[in-house]
Amino acid sequence: MGGAKQALAEVSEGPDAVTGEVAPAAGEAARPAAAGWKILPIVEGLVLLVALFLPLVLQDYLTVFATRVVILALFAISFDLVWGYAGIMSFGQALFFGAAGYGVALLARDLGVTSILLILPAGALIGLTAALLLGGFLLLGRYPSSVIFVSLGTLTGSYAADRLARGWYYLGGQNGIPSIPPLSLGSIDISEGPVYYYLALGILVVIYLLCRFLVRSQFGLALAGLRENEQRIAFFGYKAQHLKAIIFAIGGTIAGLAGSLYAFHEGFVWPNMLGVVFSTQVVLYVLFGGSGTLIGAVIGTVIIEGVSFWLSDNYRDVWPIILGVLLLLVIMFRPLGLISFVLGERERVGSFGKVPKESR
Amino acid sequence: MPLLEASGISKVFGKLTALDGAALTVGENEFHGLIGPNGSGKSTLMKCIAGAEVPTTGKVSFVNTDITAFTPTERARAGMSLKFQITSVLPTLTLYDNILLALQAQSSLLDLVFSRTRRALHDQVMTMLTQFRLADRAFDAAANLSHGQQQWLEIAMALAGKPRLLLLDEPTGGMSLEERRVTGELLQPIKQHCSLVIVEHDLDFIRDICDRLTVLDQGKVLASGTIAEIQANKSVQEIYLRRA
Repeated sequence: MGGAKQALAEVSEGPDAVTGEVAPAAGEAARPAAAGWKILPIVEGLVLLVALFLPLVLQDYLTVFATRVVILALFAISFDLVWGYAGIMSFGQALFFGAAGYGVALLARDLGVTSILLILPAGALIGLTAALLLGGFLLLGRYPSSVIFVSLGTLTGSYAADRLARGWYYLGGQNGIPSIPPLSLGSIDISEGPVYYYLALGILVVIYLLCRFLVRSQFGLALAGLRENEQRIAFFGYKAQHLKAIIFAIGGTIAGLAGSLYAFHEGFVWPNMLGVVFSTQVVLYVLFGGSGTLIGAVIGTVIIEGVSFWLSDNYRDVWPIILGVLLLLVIMFRPLGLISFVLGERERVGSFGKVPKESR
Repeated sequence: MPLLEASGISKVFGKLTALDGAALTVGENEFHGLIGPNGSGKSTLMKCIAGAEVPTTGKVSFVNTDITAFTPTERARAGMSLKFQITSVLPTLTLYDNILLALQAQSSLLDLVFSRTRRALHDQVMTMLTQFRLADRAFDAAANLSHGQQQWLEIAMALAGKPRLLLLDEPTGGMSLEERRVTGELLQPIKQHCSLVIVEHDLDFIRDICDRLTVLDQGKVLASGTIAEIQANKSVQEIYLRRA
């Protein structure tokens, strides 16, 4: 402690001999530009504020739509953790989303289980298990697996699950599993509308805060290392494959949670939920909003879903083309997503763990 | 017993034999220079020792353990560290976080998740940054550093895990004379607790800091010994004359 301070003082005494630049006072240097780092909480606060009051101003059918978006935002966060933070190119994130959806639909159909206290943990557990199995296979080799191997492996997993569901009579084939009964808590039914909306929003906020804690911890720093240069951090002694499997499993768990919420909200599950369509959609949400920021994933989901909804109403025939062009424009000119319009690079990367106060 | 003993190392890439039975022995607290003409296999030998390449044949022992089949992670945990030839600091992270990342590599998962080693490591981060004359830039992104400063940051990161052996591949590449001199100064103090293998083209630099040298030519060891022995060696002189 004292040594560091003393050493710092030495540095501050004179100009840097090598670069010729005048060193700023060490006290200032040792303090991150915390004063300027305020945009992110403002954006997060605004989004939360809007989300909280939304059902009060929306018509009922729009609240149902908003609920769907909130659940998809949860799904987007699961992908953002895996890709935006850890750099694992998972093209099959829907596998965990859909597997949990199907799992809880079967629980409801065959066993009559609809209690939220069982359904949500079950969904998370299914997502976790599926991610552990696939992640164990794809990521846990003795040497790091290549990006191609992981992206094709996850894509194949998702595609295969989609085909399996389509062909399997027990899972309802092409039609999926219809008429899932409503989610329940004791004798109360939680059906679509404001109550479901606030349930989904509450879960989103809790998961968001947990993820925020995680990515801003020292573990988050290890993830940043993984994302930027996996080989390098292995030479520091990190067990890079383990880190990847862990974050992949966490991502799978969150996707599973989202999938089970989605299944009960929509009242049915169908093969697309497992497949490439949903897997790519979530990539677009995150790319559009800004990967590597949690709020970017949320904003991306809201905007893509919102714009699609509006466009499909007003430009029935050409809306997918308009949306596609919009996406391309953002990805070409704003590779860091919409959030990068308001968020600087330094704040996006952020810091990890808290700097001890007395050292500042 | 030497700290590092690599023997009979061969590495074949397709038709190219990069190393052909090379050997390297490094003692405790020894600074060992690895020199030779371009393409003589210096970097490949470094990579085989560090685990970035798997040798086709041969054996690497480190602290009396056969580590030939160890992954880079396992070698790092055994006390070996590598600075790559191409600087690979993490450009978007601050200098502070670059060093912290290296320092916390062996913290447990729970310690990382709950940031429990953060406080203890803070002083170490600042000490290392100060030692490598980077403290005033602590909260700059590493991408904003000059090339020479990035090299120092890398060396600091490579030393963070308190290795017993540090492998440096061309640490002064692209540095000014003044930066080279400072690099030499920065490396001297580590001798008390760490050995060094250094690949370098700058022979003056090597002469200033190394105790022993190994000369490679066409994948084979041409000579190995003290600086004086190598300077007196006829075949070594020939190679360097031939090159000049």
